[in-house]
Amino acid sequence: MTAVPVRAREPGPQKFREMSGKVGWGIVAWVVGIAFFLPVAWMVITAFKPESAAETWPPKFVFSPTLAQFRLVFSGMGPFLTHSLIATTVSTLLVLLLGVPAAYALSVNPIKHWRDGLFFFISTKMLPIVAAIGPLYVIAVHIHLLDSIWLLIILYTAMNLPLAIWMIRSFMLEVPSELLEAARLDGAGRIREITGVIMPVISPGLVSTSLICVIFAWNELFLALNLTVTNAATMPMFLISSVPQEGLYIAHLSAAATVASVPVILVGWIAQRSLVRGLSMGAIK
Amino acid sequence: MTVLEDLAQPPKVEVRTRGISRREAWQRRMPLLPALIYIVVVTQIPFLVTLWYSFQNYFFDVPGGAHWTGLSNYKAVFTDANFRGALVRSVVMTATAVIVAMILGVAFAILLDRKFFGRGVVRTLMITPFLVMPAAAALVWAGPMLDPNFGLLNWLLQPFGVHHVAWLSTHALGSVIVVMIWQWTPFMMLIVLAGLQSQPPDVLEAAKVDGAGAFATFGELTLPHLRPYIELGVLLGAIYLVNVFDAVRLMTNGGPGTSTTNLPFYLYQQVNYAFDVGGAAAAGVVTVILTIIVATFALRMFARVFQFEEAKG
Repeated sequence: MTAVPVRAREPGPQKFREMSGKVGWGIVAWVVGIAFFLPVAWMVITAFKPESAAETWPPKFVFSPTLAQFRLVFSGMGPFLTHSLIATTVSTLLVLLLGVPAAYALSVNPIKHWRDGLFFFISTKMLPIVAAIGPLYVIAVHIHLLDSIWLLIILYTAMNLPLAIWMIRSFMLEVPSELLEAARLDGAGRIREITGVIMPVISPGLVSTSLICVIFAWNELFLALNLTVTNAATMPMFLISSVPQEGLYIAHLSAAATVASVPVILVGWIAQRSLVRGLSMGAIK
Repeated sequence: MTVLEDLAQPPKVEVRTRGISRREAWQRRMPLLPALIYIVVVTQIPFLVTLWYSFQNYFFDVPGGAHWTGLSNYKAVFTDANFRGALVRSVVMTATAVIVAMILGVAFAILLDRKFFGRGVVRTLMITPFLVMPAAAALVWAGPMLDPNFGLLNWLLQPFGVHHVAWLSTHALGSVIVVMIWQWTPFMMLIVLAGLQSQPPDVLEAAKVDGAGAFATFGELTLPHLRPYIELGVLLGAIYLVNVFDAVRLMTNGGPGTSTTNLPFYLYQQVNYAFDVGGAAAAGVVTVILTIIVATFALRMFARVFQFEEAKG
């Protein structure tokens, strides 16, 4: 062993510095990542605590985990979960139903003023819906949709539609024009062009569009809080109801927050790549 | 709209706008109409109704319904110190959160742009705050994280001489902003990271060969390249953050006093506690007018950003 010159095995000082630098920055990145994740981890940990172990000083890291809080959460969550599922699914389907043809008319087979159309849609995202909340309430009362799941569906569809149109359009622009020309030569009409040629090609794009819509609809609180009471109250409302006026509630709240957040967290984790494209409304590929 | 003219993206399939017949033009419009009508009805009608109510005296809890009251709601809005306060706070909260989140986002994107062990996992951990339901995030921060008596943050900060600080009463505005930053940094990071990864590697190689230092390369090559991405992140972040409601409602309920009351929460209070539909409507109209002024600039920026993006594709 000693016969081999030690120096030849060691990386040169330059290389060594580079490598340790790499490792060092890697550690920094890990620390930052864990720090950002910490509140989420703490939420999940607290959810498994008995209430008595959740409110201690110093905070307890070792305890006998219990599912009691989750049982409590699941027993009360039923209607809220149903409302959230309906509002999220139906609004997302409506968004696709309206958004696909609209995106088509703004990209593949564009109207003359397609730019104005695009910007009209996005400008509605900039109008703060909070500004109209009082009148919205009055309108809801008049059309008998207050505390109705249909009201949330209608509003969530309008909330997500502009985003979806921009996003679907960006996917449609990527459909090879040879495909479209071939279909037209075959005499395909507009509907067959959309359903038979474009939709199969952009289906991954439609999935990521749907995921973005699902995330925003699932997490929405402001409209639900103002316009629903019991018949259409969604998961964010359930969360609020899990904070009682008195008594210990931290563990219960954490369990409820975990259950409410996990679906979207999982969806987001799975769809990381398309998340960027969706959040930038198709601007970033 | 002259604003829109710089968005120059020729559609893939050739359009012969001049040559198309009336019938053809309508056929092109048809697929757009359902979405267009839907959005006009659902998003514009409430604002028209808001405009109407802003000239009405109408309280939910007073029988007799609405009656015309001229400009008195507007007078009330402009003399209401709470409205002005909420307006200023909205601007402060949004600007601080967007700027800090963007600075952190750029920093973390640079970290994540390097190859290191477990990069995918760290990226996944980093984006999670953005995915947490905002209502859940607000409640978890308000309770398990920031509680003065058993909160995790006080325990973590103990070595630094922090003892049972009641963050939500002593640093309410800061706490809310921290939660906004925590939720939106991942968003900024994702967008900037996409920008970094779209930078052609040969340009960076060439800079290295030419002997440019890391800072010079970043300042003169990377940052200009990132500019449209940063603008896009700021713009989209601001659109969402100016409407932040969940964190305010669930962490501080606008308080203590009105120290964390932003515009959305102010409007919410006007309707839900003061039952003042007319007053809230007038405040809403003023908010919308201010938004339109800001949005005009924002749209201009949008046009520029998207032109850059699509010209590249």
